[in-house]
Amino acid sequence: MMYVALRMLLGDRAKYFGLIFGLTFASLVLTQQSAVFLGLMTRTFGAITDTGVADIWVMDPKVQYIDDIKPMSDTALLRVRGIEGVDWAVPLYKSLLKARLENGNFQSVNVFGLDDATLAGGPHTMLEGRVEDLRMSDAVIVDSVGAQGKLAKPPSKPGGKPTPLHVGDSLELNDRRAVVVGICKVSRTFQSQPVLYTTYSRATTFAPHERKMLSFILVKAKPGIAEADLCARIRERTGLEAYEKETFIEKTMGYFMKYTGIPINFGTAVALGFVVGVAIVAQLFYSFTLENLRYFATLKAMGASNFRLLRMILLQALLVGATGYGIGVGLASLFGYSFRDTELAFRLPWQLLLGSAGAVMVICALSAALSLLKVVRLEPAVVFKA
Amino acid sequence: MVSLDPIIRCSKLTKTYGQGESAVQALRGIELEAFAGELLMLVGPSGCGKTTLISVLSSLLDADGGECRVLERDLRSLSAAEKTAFRARSIGFVFQAFNLIPTLTAAENVAVPLLIQDMPRRAAVRRATEMLERVGIGDKAGKLPSQLSGGQQQRVAIARAIVHEPRLVVCDEPTSALDHQTGERVLKLLRENALRDGRTLVIVTHDHRIFPYADRIAQMDDGRVVSVQRPSEKSQ
Ligand SMILES: Nc1ncnc2c1ncn2[C@@H]1O[C@H](COP(=O)(O)OP(=O)(O)O)[C@@H](O)[C@H]1O
Ligand SMILES: [Mg+2]
Repeated sequence: MMYVALRMLLGDRAKYFGLIFGLTFASLVLTQQSAVFLGLMTRTFGAITDTGVADIWVMDPKVQYIDDIKPMSDTALLRVRGIEGVDWAVPLYKSLLKARLENGNFQSVNVFGLDDATLAGGPHTMLEGRVEDLRMSDAVIVDSVGAQGKLAKPPSKPGGKPTPLHVGDSLELNDRRAVVVGICKVSRTFQSQPVLYTTYSRATTFAPHERKMLSFILVKAKPGIAEADLCARIRERTGLEAYEKETFIEKTMGYFMKYTGIPINFGTAVALGFVVGVAIVAQLFYSFTLENLRYFATLKAMGASNFRLLRMILLQALLVGATGYGIGVGLASLFGYSFRDTELAFRLPWQLLLGSAGAVMVICALSAALSLLKVVRLEPAVVFKA
Repeated sequence: MVSLDPIIRCSKLTKTYGQGESAVQALRGIELEAFAGELLMLVGPSGCGKTTLISVLSSLLDADGGECRVLERDLRSLSAAEKTAFRARSIGFVFQAFNLIPTLTAAENVAVPLLIQDMPRRAAVRRATEMLERVGIGDKAGKLPSQLSGGQQQRVAIARAIVHEPRLVVCDEPTSALDHQTGERVLKLLRENALRDGRTLVIVTHDHRIFPYADRIAQMDDGRVVSVQRPSEKSQ
């Protein structure tokens, strides 16, 4: 009888393709929008994941997210280093500074100052030069997008292409010369400014002088020390805030979720996709069932039980669901893939695939339920009505 | 050929549709018997309760009162699941509008009652094809209903009604969608093929031209069986 169910479904090509189209569309919208949403949310904490080495981030208690800088005094570093269970602790400077380009224009850049001794937290993908080259005098590393874009040298003749910044080029920060020794790749973040890495002490000379300069302290726990315990200890001993990396990521993401309206904007798009999907598919599936009602009644009269008809309808729903989901997710992946090297934020982890599979199942179940109700309530005696 | 065991025995059978003022009393005390191996026709004016009666006989519909025994079963005592199983095993149906599933081939349509009884598909379709050969359209086994004429479709429907060897076949106006000649041929076919092995046929019809094919004719009026006659008596 399952064969009969399949033939009933596949026999009506127009209806079948309509159903598949509806589900494809629904799962495409669901998956694509969610993936872009996830991608965007990843950008909120790109700077944290790029600074890969630290288990624990220590900061002023009032800091709400990664770009919210509330400097601490340098002595905080020493206090943290003195706490048992700390394997190592290094300073991190992070701030927006104004750079003066060769043509005299100003451009703000997101400056990271790395521990002079270890360069811990530095860029992990170098396109030109090496991280260690930061030890040379006036050395800075800039990110590739910045080097090709906002920091690029203006075209020599009007209408020409700007020349990207390369190793050996220089710029000026706070009247001090900075020489590019490397080009790196960084994760995209919400900050559109170019990223510039240098050493901690050089960064503080680039910055207008302030009493407190220390943005974050990056901490590594000794082997066998629970990070949560160490965070608690740091908090208690220093009065500073200490987060495990994941917690800081969550906090940063939470901040953007709460204050930027991104989730609600994407949420409505995803919800709309879902609702439209339910509407199209439920309507198509229901009318498919209605058209076949006479045959379901015939089957019922001929002794097919409700349970059997139920399974037939579920199989039909499952088949269109799986096919539509497959094509939809395939298209979404293709979309993500074809925009892979662009500014498009797109992340499609397995959890999301599972989630949209669940959503498509819900759509199908809702549509099938409508039909099922109709078929279960069907009086078999209607078969004799003309 | 006609044995004396009543296959159907109804007495004081009543059925009312709806309630209160809009209630319609479709059956008002049916007395009826049908025997193994006979072809019984139910005739009467439109609205007299013929369709209601065969719906009750085939356990598609519950009567309100009276007694109805079909194939040694008291229909009132059967649960819904038992009725479903009873129909699957023991009843064949032929409908006025054929009710063939349009996306299945003729053979697959005929195989449906076997599939409902969980026969594997290959075996079911093979049996169905044999049955189509028996009703004279073996060459149409692979065709869709839309590729067949009305008479051919009704042959497919007849093959479907008997492929699982039911003991009772009910037909509601099986010829009313067909021209006269085709209708007669279908009736001949029903007599020759369906009426075997002690099977009973109950055929509801308007069409007096097919009356001669009946063993007995039950005349109904206003929810009652008013007379039961042989065709020869009736035509007088
Ligand atoms: N489902 C129903 N609801 C209400 N009234 C019905 C229903 N089915 C049949 N009737 C009424 O019951 C009577 C008998 O109908 P039916 O058995 O179909 O007669 P026949 O088949 O002889 O034309 C008619 O008056 C008809 O209008
Ligand atoms: Mg009728």
